[in-house]
Amino acid sequence: MDFGFSEEQEKFRQEVRQFLEQEIRQGLWEPMCDGWIQGYNPAFTKRVAQRGWIGLTWPKKYGGQGRSHIERLILTEEMLRYGAPAACHWFADRQVGGAILTFGTEELKNEFLPRICRGEAFFGVSMSEPGAGSDLASLQTRAVEDGDYYVINGQKTWTSCAHFAHYFYLVARTDPQAPKHRGISEFVVAADSPGLTRVPMIDITGTEAWNDLFFDNVRIHKKYLIGEKNRGFYQILHQLDFERSGMERLMGNYVLFDSITKFARENKLTRDPLIRHKLAQLHIEFEVGRLLIYRVASVMDDGRAPNWESAMSKAFCTEFEKRVANTAMEILGPYGQLTRTSKFAPIGGLAAHSYLGSRGYSLQGGTTEILKNIVATRGLGLPS
Amino acid sequence: MKFTLSEQQEMLKRTARDFLARKCSKKFVKEMEESKTGYSQELWQEMAQLGWLGLAFPEKYGGGNMNFLDLGILLEEMGRVCLPGPFFSTVLLAGLSILDLGTEQQKEEYLPQIAQGKKIFTLALTEPGFCNYQASSIKVKARAENGNYIINGTKLFVPDAHIADYLLCVASTDPENDISIFLIEGEKPGIHCTVLRTLAGDKLCEVILDRVCVPEGYVLGKLNLGWGPVRRIIERAAIGKCCELVGNLQRVLEMTIEYAKQRKQFDRPIGSFQIIQHYCADMATYVDGVRFSTYQAAWMVSRGLPCSREVAIAKAWASQASQQILALAHQIHGAIGVTMEHELHYYTRRAKAAELAFGDATFYRQVLADEIGL
Repeated sequence: MDFGFSEEQEKFRQEVRQFLEQEIRQGLWEPMCDGWIQGYNPAFTKRVAQRGWIGLTWPKKYGGQGRSHIERLILTEEMLRYGAPAACHWFADRQVGGAILTFGTEELKNEFLPRICRGEAFFGVSMSEPGAGSDLASLQTRAVEDGDYYVINGQKTWTSCAHFAHYFYLVARTDPQAPKHRGISEFVVAADSPGLTRVPMIDITGTEAWNDLFFDNVRIHKKYLIGEKNRGFYQILHQLDFERSGMERLMGNYVLFDSITKFARENKLTRDPLIRHKLAQLHIEFEVGRLLIYRVASVMDDGRAPNWESAMSKAFCTEFEKRVANTAMEILGPYGQLTRTSKFAPIGGLAAHSYLGSRGYSLQGGTTEILKNIVATRGLGLPS
Repeated sequence: MKFTLSEQQEMLKRTARDFLARKCSKKFVKEMEESKTGYSQELWQEMAQLGWLGLAFPEKYGGGNMNFLDLGILLEEMGRVCLPGPFFSTVLLAGLSILDLGTEQQKEEYLPQIAQGKKIFTLALTEPGFCNYQASSIKVKARAENGNYIINGTKLFVPDAHIADYLLCVASTDPENDISIFLIEGEKPGIHCTVLRTLAGDKLCEVILDRVCVPEGYVLGKLNLGWGPVRRIIERAAIGKCCELVGNLQRVLEMTIEYAKQRKQFDRPIGSFQIIQHYCADMATYVDGVRFSTYQAAWMVSRGLPCSREVAIAKAWASQASQQILALAHQIHGAIGVTMEHELHYYTRRAKAAELAFGDATFYRQVLADEIGL
């Protein structure tokens, strides 16, 4: 056991911090909650790419740096600490690139990975459907072979980053006769494909955060099939483990956590033992969650795909994020309800926004209930 | 960052588990709870022969040269079987304190005696009314008189004092009102020891010190150490308790999963019901959180790094999570779990005792708040 970081890792953390602090000093962007999923900023992504910080763990021959998962976690932890607008590259860096790397052909790897690393190819993830949420395997969007192409028809929902993504990672049914887990395949589809229509969804905070996608005879060349036909569901499970494993599940609203802690301190609210204990409790839970996430990265560095471990960390950590928002609202009292535009809004209206936005944390990428099923059955061996 | 044990640590863990599984049945635990001394001299000697009592001491004092993290692994295995006896008091509370604070002469004299299983030690720290672990709450006084110290006052919740050959007694030294630690022989005239009846059946004692005379050479290290070293002892003890809890809670989780798989109602194992599965998932999450935060702090102690913050996080979380884990374990076990016939009560009672020892969740939330400048 070793709970320290190497000198090189500590140096890397400092390097990331200095970069982000300088960006903020220069007024290039303002720290935000949910910057990893809503922070659209192609110029920032380009600057991150120039430092070699996209695809950090991927092999050098595809444009990556061949560094460890712990180092990537250090990088993402700092991005989240400073609320950086990293949505343009987050999904490709976190899961799509990894899926292509693990299951894709050499041609696919060469086409996408270097461009992702250069900050030139932005991805959104298109899995859920109106009738297929937690029961993802029941998805109905069809992909039918037609010569060298697949023809896609159907509707996807909750597609992330759709208003700026160049590509979507798509899952569709390729064999309607097979049992539902065995007839699904994964594809990359270009956002500007003819027949693909995007309709924004406005979330509870009023943000255009997700999109419905409608596929009307969208043609995808066969070379954009990722991995094996009809094995998609098993590949998705692998990818979902990566989707769930990260620090964004703990630090999605870290900017609020940091701000409310400072606010309470500066306004001497921490003299009230109740507020003091509530904040201390959050800091304890934060550290516990952080260790659960570092454990997942350590599993990955040992060469194993994270499995129930990432289900565990996400279930625990997203509940923590919700408590951050709740506690901030409690501390601010009636001022908590004020949104950003109000002259009375404390800490920039972050609390009101996150109070609403955090409701989604324990739903995205696997609900807490599904995750606990995974921990119980895959992790603890309880019968399903 | 590495979350797995080294080969050597795995070996220590395996040896400890095998040995304790053979030697420490629940029948034995029950006998010890009911017995006067609360430990078995025979087992104590065997543990000495295994090198456990001196595990974390340097070789020159007859020790095994291993570190605090290794000791933590051993404590985890002891927690797993609810091992009764004065290991914690002798080795962790007293032995490590002597190693940390003692003069060379004291280390040479006492540490080999501990390692060889010849002497039992404990720490007399807490007092009636003592609840915040601050220097100001130490009321036991040591007064200088003709080259000796005369110690007066009452210590409460002193573990294993009834069998201890030596007490490390934390006292306020007149007239400076500073803190010193005295090595007092357990059989000294003026010491009156009563075993308290506690929920865990562990042997916590009331120790009345009535004009106990201690020669000057029996000051641990130097006079007027201040609270700093005592705080270090408390932090080590808190993490030691967390290590025991990790073993306790891991076993409770395993026991509960086994039960949920085997117990049938409505013609199916109750472990196939989602609500039971989610309870188990919650338990596992709490256990891993306690494990990692505990070993993070233990690792820092073993490296000699300042770790008040990490200790506070670990003990606060262990104290809180252990209660939640055991509540869920009881709920899943149903009525059999609240009988003396079933093993679960040993773990419930010990987890409560560990929660209360060396600072509970409320105390460490307060510590953490100070540490992070709230």
